[in-house]
Amino acid sequence: MKATGAEHIGIAASRSEWLRSRHDEFKRANRLRKRAVLAVQGIFLLLLFALWETAARLGWIDRLLFSYPSKVFWQIYANMVDGSLWHHLGVTVGETAVGFVLGTLLGTLLAVAIWWSPFLSAVLDPYMVVFNSMPKVALGPIFIVMFGAGFTAIVVTTLSITIIVTTLVVYNSFCGVDPNLVKVARSFGANRTQVFFKVILPSSFPAIVSTLKVNVGMSWVGVIVGEFLVAKSGLGYLIIYGFQVFNFTLVMSSLIIIAFVATAMYQLVVYMEKVLLSRR
Amino acid sequence: MPPVVELKSVTHAYLGEREASLAVEDLNLEIEQGEFVSLVGPSGCGKTTLLSIIAGLLLPSRGEVLVNGRAVSGPSPEVGYMLQQDYLFPWRSILDNALLGLELTGRLDEAGRKRTAELLTDMGLKGTEHFYPNQLSGGMRQRVALVRTLATDPGLLLLDEPFSALDYQIKLQLEDLVSETLRQREKTAVLVTHDLSEAIAVSTRVILLSRNPGRIRRVFAIPAQIADTPPLYARDQPGFAELFHELWKEMELAGTAADRQGRQKARD
Repeated sequence: MKATGAEHIGIAASRSEWLRSRHDEFKRANRLRKRAVLAVQGIFLLLLFALWETAARLGWIDRLLFSYPSKVFWQIYANMVDGSLWHHLGVTVGETAVGFVLGTLLGTLLAVAIWWSPFLSAVLDPYMVVFNSMPKVALGPIFIVMFGAGFTAIVVTTLSITIIVTTLVVYNSFCGVDPNLVKVARSFGANRTQVFFKVILPSSFPAIVSTLKVNVGMSWVGVIVGEFLVAKSGLGYLIIYGFQVFNFTLVMSSLIIIAFVATAMYQLVVYMEKVLLSRR
Repeated sequence: MPPVVELKSVTHAYLGEREASLAVEDLNLEIEQGEFVSLVGPSGCGKTTLLSIIAGLLLPSRGEVLVNGRAVSGPSPEVGYMLQQDYLFPWRSILDNALLGLELTGRLDEAGRKRTAELLTDMGLKGTEHFYPNQLSGGMRQRVALVRTLATDPGLLLLDEPFSALDYQIKLQLEDLVSETLRQREKTAVLVTHDLSEAIAVSTRVILLSRNPGRIRRVFAIPAQIADTPPLYARDQPGFAELFHELWKEMELAGTAADRQGRQKARD
């Protein structure tokens, strides 16, 4: 049987309607799922704090050792109001930022140097392997003797952790660039500088940006350990100090602040990565 | 006028920690202005090595290479090179990719920009200038690569299996486009391919190499009625099938002869 024109239009209309309703359903289901995940995440966190609070109040855990949430948050609030928190937070964030930026920069520069000179790369190779395998924190006392107990020693501790990882990752991405892209540039007579700036660097850009994410975490490790060793201020110092005077409320509140600020910094880098790579 | 390409007893050896192997040995070749020469042969016959040597990407271990009468000491703007795949830079727009050669040779100006944009239009790529490579199909990307090669206006084009990664239909279209474009612009071309029918359809001369080490085994001059017909129709010309079978047989012989030699060597 032959369908008339009107029937055709009717079929087309009902089909697009059906497709749209299916699409709406799909989107709604997705939204619902996202909301459910978020809700469960929130409830889980609240339950955790509630359990911690109850356990402390009913004496299931030692209140002196584990403190409890209401006291911890009260401590954070009090430190915010009297301003002492901002000082320590500023010091730690400053050290982390400097260590992070310098580490990424110097690590990338070192990678460029060893890419440029295969001879230098061969010479440095065993030293890099040893230094990379070594727990850098063990060098802490040496840094303190060399740079004095303070800001510089902490930043150097951080650098010792971030530089080599950055160098290895970035250098690997330099070496991983498709040799045919280099061949294209070379076939036009490009010299090594041109090959680097027109091919190697733009091609490795995503890898460099992704080391930023790793380095944020690494920098926090370096700074907190550095502060454990030498500092007279900073969040790492608060943790050690709280431990020494048996004020675990101080320890817990410092940990919560670190978790919060480190996450914020990581998210900032993730956002930067998105902006920088959005054109690809 | 000197030949566009002149190879005089060129030998090239690859040196490795384990062994040194001869890729090409004592090879002599002259290519005249306007010729379209194909290099075919079993794998390992040094086709790509030869192309890299002519391009100046590789300096031969022994022998002399002249392009337009001058000794080759490195890549030059007179020579364009096209690879198996487009290898467009994913972070550059189509126009910026096409301008790469002008940029690297320090000749990027308004006139060059305009000429390159016109080349893109000629290749049916108008409107894609500000796209990125991942937005284009394989055939379009290879056409961009062709524009990139032509933008610096080289007199000699070296084509390293530029159609091998494409779908069959696209490959035939592109063979026509490339062969027509080069003929119109009176370019000289050297094509490396393992597709014998492609070699016959696009070339004026087909050179068969034997392997281990690479030497010229036989040269086939393509009759004018095939050479002058666009590749797609050249395949229907009388004499095409016979030539194909002859080349095919010779290629098989080249492969087995090398194998026998290899076995002989292994026994000795």
